[in-house]
Amino acid sequence: MSLMRVLSQGLATFLSLLLAPLFLGWVNQNRAWLQNRSGPGVLQPFRMLHKLFNKDSVMAQSASPLFRFAPYLVFACMVVATAIIPTLSTDLPLASAADAIALVGLFALARVFISLAAMDIGTAFGTLGARREMFVGFLAEPALLTILFCASLIAHSTALTTIVTNVGQRSFAIYPSLVFAGIAFIFVFLAENARVPIDNPSTHLELTMIHEALILEYSGRHLALLEWAASLKLFAYSTIGIALFLPWGISESGSPTHLIASIPVLLLKLALFGIVLALVETLFAKMRIFRVPEFLATSFLLGVIGMLTYILLGS
Amino acid sequence: MLNATVLDQVLWLVGCWLVVGVLGILALNKFALVARILFPIGGFIGLLLALVAGGALLHPSSIGRKLPLGLPQLLFHFRLDSLSAFFLLILAISAAGVSLFSAGYFRGGQGTAPGLLCVEFHFFLASMALVLIADDAYSFMVAWESMALTSYFLVTANHKLPKIRDAGFLYLLIAHVGAIALLLSFGILQANTGDYTFANIRLQDLSTFWASVAFLLAVFGFGAKAGIVPLHVWLPEAHPAAPSPVSALMSGVMLKMAIYGLLRVAFDLLRPHIWWWGVVLLVLGLVTALFGVVFATVQSDMKRLLAYSSIENIGLLFAAMGLGLLFRSYGMNSLAALALTACLYHVGAHAFFKSLLFLTTGSVLHATGERNLGKLGGLIRFMPWVAWLALIGALASSGLPPFSGFISEWLLLQSFLFTPGLPQPFLNMLIPVATASIALTAALAGYAMVKFFGVVFLGQPREPKLEEAHDAGLFEKIGMGWLALGCIALGLLPNLVLTFIDPVTSSLVGYGLARQAKASGWWLLTPTTFERASYGPLLFILGVIAAITFTFILVRILYHGRLRRSIPWGGGHPWGNSRMQDTAEGYGQPIRQVFEPFFHLDRHLPKPEDTAPEYSVVVSDKFWNGLYMPIVKGVQFISAQVGRLQQGRIAIYLLYSFLTLLFTLLMVPGAHR
Repeated sequence: MSLMRVLSQGLATFLSLLLAPLFLGWVNQNRAWLQNRSGPGVLQPFRMLHKLFNKDSVMAQSASPLFRFAPYLVFACMVVATAIIPTLSTDLPLASAADAIALVGLFALARVFISLAAMDIGTAFGTLGARREMFVGFLAEPALLTILFCASLIAHSTALTTIVTNVGQRSFAIYPSLVFAGIAFIFVFLAENARVPIDNPSTHLELTMIHEALILEYSGRHLALLEWAASLKLFAYSTIGIALFLPWGISESGSPTHLIASIPVLLLKLALFGIVLALVETLFAKMRIFRVPEFLATSFLLGVIGMLTYILLGS
Repeated sequence: MLNATVLDQVLWLVGCWLVVGVLGILALNKFALVARILFPIGGFIGLLLALVAGGALLHPSSIGRKLPLGLPQLLFHFRLDSLSAFFLLILAISAAGVSLFSAGYFRGGQGTAPGLLCVEFHFFLASMALVLIADDAYSFMVAWESMALTSYFLVTANHKLPKIRDAGFLYLLIAHVGAIALLLSFGILQANTGDYTFANIRLQDLSTFWASVAFLLAVFGFGAKAGIVPLHVWLPEAHPAAPSPVSALMSGVMLKMAIYGLLRVAFDLLRPHIWWWGVVLLVLGLVTALFGVVFATVQSDMKRLLAYSSIENIGLLFAAMGLGLLFRSYGMNSLAALALTACLYHVGAHAFFKSLLFLTTGSVLHATGERNLGKLGGLIRFMPWVAWLALIGALASSGLPPFSGFISEWLLLQSFLFTPGLPQPFLNMLIPVATASIALTAALAGYAMVKFFGVVFLGQPREPKLEEAHDAGLFEKIGMGWLALGCIALGLLPNLVLTFIDPVTSSLVGYGLARQAKASGWWLLTPTTFERASYGPLLFILGVIAAITFTFILVRILYHGRLRRSIPWGGGHPWGNSRMQDTAEGYGQPIRQVFEPFFHLDRHLPKPEDTAPEYSVVVSDKFWNGLYMPIVKGVQFISAQVGRLQQGRIAIYLLYSFLTLLFTLLMVPGAHR
């Protein structure tokens, strides 16, 4: 029984590893269509990863062990994050080891390490990227926490699996606190995954880039791991959104048959989510870096208002 | 000694610290003897004390003892209960690490003879231990004052620099203003019985008004020592002035003595518990935490940065304590135990990581002679040991899993999420704001620590002399390694730590967490129920390590491990140098811009026509000009007025005496009959 649970946990994690680049490809493809381009196809991220893994890694002479270690740690953090978010079922053995707060801590750990690695070489771009990443992070992280707290106040638990089970079992109704949390979540989602309007994932213009500046010194397999980690992060955030706000269809038992049965539902939700994301990215323009605090402070305040609403209205 | 009671053992060990100190006087200038023998002995005594205190926590008892010291009518009372034993454990473990570090750190020519430093250092340790076991207000105040004095002498070890003397004076001043408040508070607490033993104070039934006055005085007095806003101004001055091991002890341990004192007064000595006391502590704590961390992010002196980070952590401790008091006042003792556990956990966590971080700044200071972040950089290549140990401290300080800071933050957030159960609607609305500001504080702490570690240890060296920096010596490595081990152990084995915290919360609020926390297995921390929340750091870190290992092996098997080294790409132009990295000011600039109302900024911007353009910005504390300078001016005005009486002529002084005599005679009843 226990072995079975570990196996299904492994299966779910493996599936996330594969689905994450695919989801990124899907978003990019939709964006291309919306911009009247034919697009490279949804499998492009895989080709990219394969190419990068085959290339030699070129590293600055002054790089310290921290610089070499960081991609592995960031990738591992994202893998563990996808493993503790209930994507297919809420019966996850690893999930009891880490709740919503630990999940935010995990993202923060990855952020700190990638920022430190960017500062390691000592070029102007790296430190600029590190500063901006931490700058976005210091508001996005508490905003995400308040959003998760809105849900945990409703479910009386910070365990992600309990939250999903609890919210999923309720009849469909609009919870005012979750509405605020949902809007706040979209803001945080865009900021944390380096999407327009905070950052442009396809730019290398030094004045505007955040995420690209962070990983500028990486190449070969290290870059591949970081790119994969970034797509895993996008996937993890999407599944957090699905788990908190659209939890219907996530299986409560961890048996393989149930798992496989819940895959189509997940794919459908992700596909819709990808289209919405591409639409947002096409409709909005990137904002100045110093408008970002206002954007994220709004999200943070919406999260706080969500918690207040719960306390005032009890729902 | 083995047959003696636990309290006797503690007293003997404290006595040993005093003896080690006195031996320092005998070997005033024999540097090798003091550093290589006396300090390690002091560290060993610390270890023994940790064992004794740990044993006392596992077998809780409350033993009292009178010592025929002090004044004839006022004997010193000592007692070792769970609360004392817990703080004693933290003190002893930190002291062991710091003493070992000091053995390698202190060198001649610091302005004070090494023997004298040894006296002050060990007397400081001993007086902190005596604060913890004091069982009457008199011995408490004696120990408290000797703690303040010895630490003052340690801060001013390098007393030849005027700046350090100023810092020491400020510290002494605020410490004494705080001590006056404490004296007054104890005066109210004994309720006119004239008996200052804690046992008697516990029996007194004060009215709500007087209890509140005593409580507020205690908050002021202990807050002055802990560095609560607006009494925090001495911390960022005194910590950079003091030698690093002393900063480590002051920040890591001495600030906790104030936390201990407030816990003792609020939870043990005072009988009534009024709900707004908790709110006072909570609000003070949150303001302090946010204030401290925002200032920490914009500092450009590494020890000042850590000092502000200490202010932040003290704020978190006050907030946790306030929440505990709030729950206690509504009789929700299990939740009060949760909040108190968060507080005590953070006491341990902060003691270890902040001591560790201050020690690493000491090593950096020794190796480079620089405290200014703008002149450091790239040290991970020249001092890898110090760098990796500092990384552990920095991660723990940022509250990141799997290190110690995360667990205390996790417990604190958990206890905040329970507050909808409070019967006061007004309080319920305060709580989301409080939770959010704690989350913001934690995120900003990460920002400050990335700045600290990144600017000091990563990047390219900003000065050529840094390339000659050497790694720390053996004693220093052992001392720092010991504290780093503490950070890791506190992060990975929460349930083991809870066995030591449990007796304390049981004695203060009659409820312990440990049994419930271990209900789902020793590796899983479940403070309330399994469904509500659980955190298993070992399983969690195992998952991360397994993922790293698998990834590494798979990448090697499926692809390759080829690596080429080359010079970094500098944006296409060939003049890249270490000056093009972000400075500490640059790294703090976004925060400075967002939180501008917090700061008092002195900006000097160059004009376009300047031939030698100069840019400078000095960030200072608004409280300094807004609160302290008016007080200073007021004091100066009053003393100037008093000064008018002193004309310096003997005739005028004789006139004063004559007038006084006349006045006194008039006052004596029946004199004019």
